[in-house]
Amino acid sequence: MSKPIIKVENLKRDFFVGDEIVHALRGVDFTITEGEFVTIMGTSGSGKSTLLNILGCLDTPTAGEYDLDGVPVRTMGKNERATLRNRKIGFVFQSYNLLAKTTALENVELPLMYNPNISSKQRHERAVKALQDVGLGDRMNHKSNQMSGGQQQRVAIARALVNQPVIILADEATGNLDSRTSFEILALMQRLHSEDKRTIIFVTHNPELAHFSSRNIVIRDGRIKEDTYNQNIKLATDVLASLPKEE
Amino acid sequence: MNIINLFKIALRALSGNKFRGFLTMLGIIIGVAAVISMLAIGQGSKQSIQAQISTMGSNMINIRPGDGQFGGVRQSASSMQTLKLGDYKAIAEQAEYILAASPEVSSSGQVIFGANNSPTSIYGVNPSYLGIRKYSISEGEMFTDADVRASAKVCVLGKTVVDNLFTNGEDPVGQTIRFDKIPFKVIGVLKSKGDNTMGQDQDDLVLSPYTTVQKRILAITYIQSISVSATTEDATDDAISSIQNILRERHKIGANDEDDFNVRSQKELITMMSSTTEMMTMLLACIAGISLLVGGIGIMNIMYVSVTERTREIGLRMSIGAKGVDILMQFLIEAILLSVTGGILGVILGIGSSYLVKNIFSWPIDIEVYTVALSFIVCTATGIFFGWYPAKKAAALDPIEALRYE
Repeated sequence: MSKPIIKVENLKRDFFVGDEIVHALRGVDFTITEGEFVTIMGTSGSGKSTLLNILGCLDTPTAGEYDLDGVPVRTMGKNERATLRNRKIGFVFQSYNLLAKTTALENVELPLMYNPNISSKQRHERAVKALQDVGLGDRMNHKSNQMSGGQQQRVAIARALVNQPVIILADEATGNLDSRTSFEILALMQRLHSEDKRTIIFVTHNPELAHFSSRNIVIRDGRIKEDTYNQNIKLATDVLASLPKEE
Repeated sequence: MNIINLFKIALRALSGNKFRGFLTMLGIIIGVAAVISMLAIGQGSKQSIQAQISTMGSNMINIRPGDGQFGGVRQSASSMQTLKLGDYKAIAEQAEYILAASPEVSSSGQVIFGANNSPTSIYGVNPSYLGIRKYSISEGEMFTDADVRASAKVCVLGKTVVDNLFTNGEDPVGQTIRFDKIPFKVIGVLKSKGDNTMGQDQDDLVLSPYTTVQKRILAITYIQSISVSATTEDATDDAISSIQNILRERHKIGANDEDDFNVRSQKELITMMSSTTEMMTMLLACIAGISLLVGGIGIMNIMYVSVTERTREIGLRMSIGAKGVDILMQFLIEAILLSVTGGILGVILGIGSSYLVKNIFSWPIDIEVYTVALSFIVCTATGIFFGWYPAKKAAALDPIEALRYE
């Protein structure tokens, strides 16, 4: 049995909207172990964003336990969670969220800037390595506004990898991209999963993507509706090959 | 959190938007430059006035007859005849804290040499008058006490008189000029002093022994005023009270009666003139200070807008591990960097424009280190003060909300 990375038990999150209480999460349990590629699906309003915020240590649950890499998160303060995010989590967002007018290298270095234990030499080396891993070794000094959407998302993935996180959280990471580029990004994720044994959580509303992950969790109305393991993982590279060649 | 990294982060954030940074700094640059140059001009004019007054003799004391009454008619001070030679002698011999004293009688009239003539004033004085009034001889020599005793018809000319009379470049020393038909032998020429603070030409005069002027021109026995130099500028007040005691005793003035003479020193003039320029300087500094304040508000405005504009960036930074204090420090450092850079540029611009004013308009300037230091400290403090609120606002953002912000 591999090491559990994420362990949630009876996770609940309530919001107060005016006088009403909105139950965004009504008790969610699951464990994600090292090396899994999990897609979390759900329509809007299902509670998947709330779950993602809690998993990403941006938010704390109203009730229930959440352990990240063996560390209980629920009782942590704001600053402790910030440090935890910095050391253990890599975020990939739908809209890339790169710093404007900043080079790819500087964008990737950013998480390490908030880690005082890392020297500027190490920072540079690790950023270069991460960019090479995502296939942007030749575009390190391009500024974010000089790159295509796919390239920007690769920079964002490199930024998520640079702090060597225990988990990568991708939030609709292909949502802003055309289908070809989406599959390229997906192929990159699959490679990180299969070759580098990265643990990845990919939150999306697109049911198609479930075929590419090793496990699929469907959320509806704040509860887990389905939790299935995929024995027959489709390869994004195969899909790419079948797509008509671009001129 | 590593402060060096925070500096790097702030620098990178600033360099991403250089033009906006420059516009933000502009307020501070102009504010600091205005404070420095305004104070430089104010201080400069104050100093030049003080310097001009001291060329008139800053330790000089002047004694004139006071206005008095004859048969119920108040007389003008200049027509009074209450100052006698004896008063001068008593002051010269008995008064404390004084260096020298000279009686003064004067008359105005035409000086004539050959075909040239010009209106001027003749002052009857003694040889120590030169020291009291800070005159010096450039050619020839001053008359002596022997000339005074002999009522010799000798004179020393001011530069303006020389220029008016000796138009062909003759050597004035040794020539004979006439003042109101009375011939005077020129024995010396005064070094030029230029105009005084009031714009009077200090070189348009003829000096002669007071005995000569009393007897041959005015036909009087009294004297019109006495010029005294105190040992130092600070001793002026002591010298004045000593002189007052002597004169009150000599003029037999009762304890409750008014003086029948006036004692004036340059000190009053200096105080008056410098208080005027002091007020001017204060006024200029206030205006400049307001522009510095406006510059500070400019920084706050831009920082405030940029917090809103950069909400997503703040959200991202927080999601990848920046703590609230990191964000606070980043924005604060950005504000400080802007204001300090603006301050440095402002100091350069302020000093530069002060020298420009000096060279183009030949206004006196005086840049003091404390004004530069003060305006620099003020602008840094402004940066911290006005950067604090937007930085606090940025640090308080919720990362989830900030990431979702459109």
